[in-house]
Amino acid sequence: MIDRLDQIFVLLKHWILGYLPASLQTPAGVILSVVCIIGLYPALFALTTVLERKGVGRIQNRLGPNRVGPFGILQPMADGIKSLTKEDIVPTSADAVVHFLAPVILVVTVFMGFAVLPMGRNMVLVDMDAGLLFYFAMGASSELSVFMAGWGSRNKYSLLGAMRAVAQMISYEVALLLSSVVIVMMTGSLSLVKIVEAQNHYSYGFPHWFIFTPWGLAGFLMYAIAGTAETNRSPFDLPEGESELVAGYHTEYSGFKFALFFLGEYVAMFSISGLGSTLFLGGWTAPLAALQWVPSWIWFFGKLFVSMCVFIWLRGTLPRLRQDQLMNFAWKFVLPMCLLNLFVAALWRFLGEGLLRWVICSGILILAYAVMGSAEMRRKHFGPRTYRYAE
Amino acid sequence: MLGEGILKGLAETARNFAGSFVSKERMTTVEYPEVRLPLPEAARNFPFLVYDGNDWEKGLRCVACQICEKECPPKCIYIEKSKDKKPDYVGKPQIYPAKFDIDISVCMSCQICVEVCPFEAIKMNTEFELSTDDRFGGLLLDRKELAKSNEYYHTIHPTEAREVDARLAQEKAKVEAKAKTAAEAAAAKAAAVATGASAAAATANPAAAPVASPSTTKAAEIAVAPAAATAPAAPKPVAGTGTDGPAPMTESEKKAASEPAKPGEGEPKA
Amino acid sequence: MSTSSTPLGNVTARLARSEKLEGKPEGWNRPPVIEVEGDSELLELAMGPHHPSTHGVFRMDVVLDGERVIKLKPVFGYLHRNHEQLGQSQSYLASMPYTDRLDYFCSLSNNWAYALAVEKLVGQVVPERAEYLRVILAELTRIQNHASTIGFLLQEMGASGTPLMYAFRERELILDLFESLTGSRMMCNYMRFGGCRVDASEAWLDGARKVVAALPKFIDEFENFLMSNEILMARCQGIGVLKPELAVNAGISGPMLRASGVNYDIRKVDHYGIYDRFKFRVPLGDHGDIFDRYMIRMLEMRESVSILEQALKEVPGGPVMDPKAKIRNFRPKPGEAYGRIESPKGELGFYLISDGSPNPYRYRVRPPSLINLTVLEDMCLGSNVADVVLIFGSVDIVLGEVDR
Repeated sequence: MIDRLDQIFVLLKHWILGYLPASLQTPAGVILSVVCIIGLYPALFALTTVLERKGVGRIQNRLGPNRVGPFGILQPMADGIKSLTKEDIVPTSADAVVHFLAPVILVVTVFMGFAVLPMGRNMVLVDMDAGLLFYFAMGASSELSVFMAGWGSRNKYSLLGAMRAVAQMISYEVALLLSSVVIVMMTGSLSLVKIVEAQNHYSYGFPHWFIFTPWGLAGFLMYAIAGTAETNRSPFDLPEGESELVAGYHTEYSGFKFALFFLGEYVAMFSISGLGSTLFLGGWTAPLAALQWVPSWIWFFGKLFVSMCVFIWLRGTLPRLRQDQLMNFAWKFVLPMCLLNLFVAALWRFLGEGLLRWVICSGILILAYAVMGSAEMRRKHFGPRTYRYAE
Repeated sequence: MLGEGILKGLAETARNFAGSFVSKERMTTVEYPEVRLPLPEAARNFPFLVYDGNDWEKGLRCVACQICEKECPPKCIYIEKSKDKKPDYVGKPQIYPAKFDIDISVCMSCQICVEVCPFEAIKMNTEFELSTDDRFGGLLLDRKELAKSNEYYHTIHPTEAREVDARLAQEKAKVEAKAKTAAEAAAAKAAAVATGASAAAATANPAAAPVASPSTTKAAEIAVAPAAATAPAAPKPVAGTGTDGPAPMTESEKKAASEPAKPGEGEPKA
Repeated sequence: MSTSSTPLGNVTARLARSEKLEGKPEGWNRPPVIEVEGDSELLELAMGPHHPSTHGVFRMDVVLDGERVIKLKPVFGYLHRNHEQLGQSQSYLASMPYTDRLDYFCSLSNNWAYALAVEKLVGQVVPERAEYLRVILAELTRIQNHASTIGFLLQEMGASGTPLMYAFRERELILDLFESLTGSRMMCNYMRFGGCRVDASEAWLDGARKVVAALPKFIDEFENFLMSNEILMARCQGIGVLKPELAVNAGISGPMLRASGVNYDIRKVDHYGIYDRFKFRVPLGDHGDIFDRYMIRMLEMRESVSILEQALKEVPGGPVMDPKAKIRNFRPKPGEAYGRIESPKGELGFYLISDGSPNPYRYRVRPPSLINLTVLEDMCLGSNVADVVLIFGSVDIVLGEVDR
């Protein structure tokens, strides 16, 4: 029974396909899964926008939207109607083809990433051997659309914003990749399904998630920072800063195209959180051996939900970093930590089982963090200050 | 350590988030218009005219002295005097405003008209839901729309209204007492001060011409001074009310200015 | 020097102080220090009046080389409402509600400065209770202004308004106090020449004590939230430095001056009101950057709380208005007076020349926001565009005062 609940979507799919002739079953299966993904994630996006507004509202001691539907749940419907009925303004001097294709490419490439994410036991659209590589290829392609948006708008402010955004995304792409390379190193496979399988063991009731190892924790933190920067979320959202000079690469977009950019950003957030939980948090595995009776897809989406909450929490709290500080941070702090992490992971493997490797690896990482952090602050003379009073 | 401050900030935010569900202090939103916060008593929005009794025309306290029109900073009050007179709350015939318009799109709610009114006739209303789609006419309130009863004044500013009522009752009692003593004294001393009265009448007459306009000429002040010496001092500032400082002239002083012949009240220092 | 004929007789304009110095003061109107390399194209931009972070309608014409600012010209006047001309065409009392609208965040401070100027003109004495009430209200105004300014800084930095909402939560409590005393939350119109308009009841004073008792906890929370935040430190420290010599020469006043290290607080210099009776300290900064300005404001909030606690303990009884003060037909003798106070933005002064008529002959406002703005270019040269917004926010201007 528990197994059936766990595999309910797979069984449903097989049952529907049973009604089709054998030659059509494979393509129909693919189309069915794709339609499910394309239907599910925008629905999650709608829910997340309400969650974000209400969450940030509560952080700020106020209610979020609460007029449209009970507790404001139907707010995305109102937003959707608004964005669909707004006039779609395209500047006359803009490059029409590029201007039109930019949001399309963003949405397409972002959705492609979901093809390799395992959302539950046996619930992967395509079980590729090089799934991780495919994922990062798609992620990098989405940066193209940002630049296309800025360029096609034929507006110097949008272009500035787009160039800043692309620079930011490229720098953090390196960090993202390096922090996932550690996982590849330890599991020996690029396939996401195998990575989740490697974490599906329990000892004393606790799972073997990679986050519970020193190098995994460091990798997860670096991945989280890089992921936040990839999706242009606070505190790295200078490219789309509202109170900055340039309004960003989506200045010249209105109506539904703007909604598509918005959609693309949030779905990219889902995608990166999904990959993060697959790599570090065990994907669809349960956090305790005793809780394995809960269906696996519930765990996956639960972890996604928690990541969303953390993103929203960060957004409501932190001011944003300036562009050069952002880049400084990427190249001078995150990247060296990721390289050190690789070294530490190798050390972990070669030291063999036991307490020694825990102590040494954690020690190296903590020392490096403290040293690099204080060096960074001291170099720029940052630090808390004391003030004197007049006599 | 790098990141400590950020974690402190995150903890603070989480505390506010959790607190917003449980404590009133961390969820300060009031869902207007289903819930309306009560306004404090001293709140002010736009002026209104007070009338005593049930008939707004007969009981209107305003005597069209035009002091508020003169003192209003953005000049949003427009008054036209009437040709006839009607009796006020002590029974004396006074002119009344035939037209009293306030343009609330100009009015800046500064409350100066309330401060300078010597007759407690104009007070501040607290109603703020005044939106209308008629841009010019809808925001020009005329005499009828501005007139609200004294009972209404009691509901919106109870403390102030009680003090105003007490003051007016005091003035009324004073006027009546003075009229009684004046009648008795006049009967007794009519013969003795016949010459003194004519001299006082000659000097005090020019000042007495418009009853309600505040004359600051020397003669009126001198005529007022002896009356002030006998009458109790002007209304003192009271807590929480809109009036303060000595009003230039109270009712009794006005009566003294308009009735030059007040034998027995002392010689004017002409 | 010019001579003009006024009802007071021939008045020779006094020499401006800077003319007495040899040559130009240090740092004044120097050419831009940045040389453009090669033939990179300069970008001219108008951070226009319609902008979410310019604190009102204000324009800055900046010339950029990539991300660095080469030249910056502030353009204001979009909110000019003829305040001084209005003041000269109506009576002294009628100008009082207009002073509320100068620095619309701190209306009670504006009222006090104007009342001070008129009281100096006629030599009016203010009763003690009124002086205490004035101090209490002015310090409450200072607290809510500083809290809002810090909130606005973080809003501009992108913290999506969270600290702003916290600051406004406290501000609402103070505004409720103002409403129950003066009748209006922002445009209070409360001070008069010779005291205050109405008396404060004991219930109000108790309410004020409660609010003041809750303030230190809020200031601690606020400080915790902000001041050790690394992102904040990275964005604010070392940015927008203002040297003390330039600050003094340019006439800067208020927290900006004290953050550069110059010890000048008009409450201590002029001893106006009854500030002598309260013990409070004046915090000074060492670096003169944005971070210092905000920390000075934070520390000033704490000092204001201490002044409030002292004042609320010992409010005497008595009248709040001089019984002989005239409300209407106020005709001061011919003369002139300059009354200034330490408003939350700086030195707010009113200069009045009277010629015996009910209207002043000359009514002039010394706006601290405008004078503090004159060094904006010097502070912004060479920094990034993103920093210009922050530096501008740290000057803490209110357009109602800049444009009058």
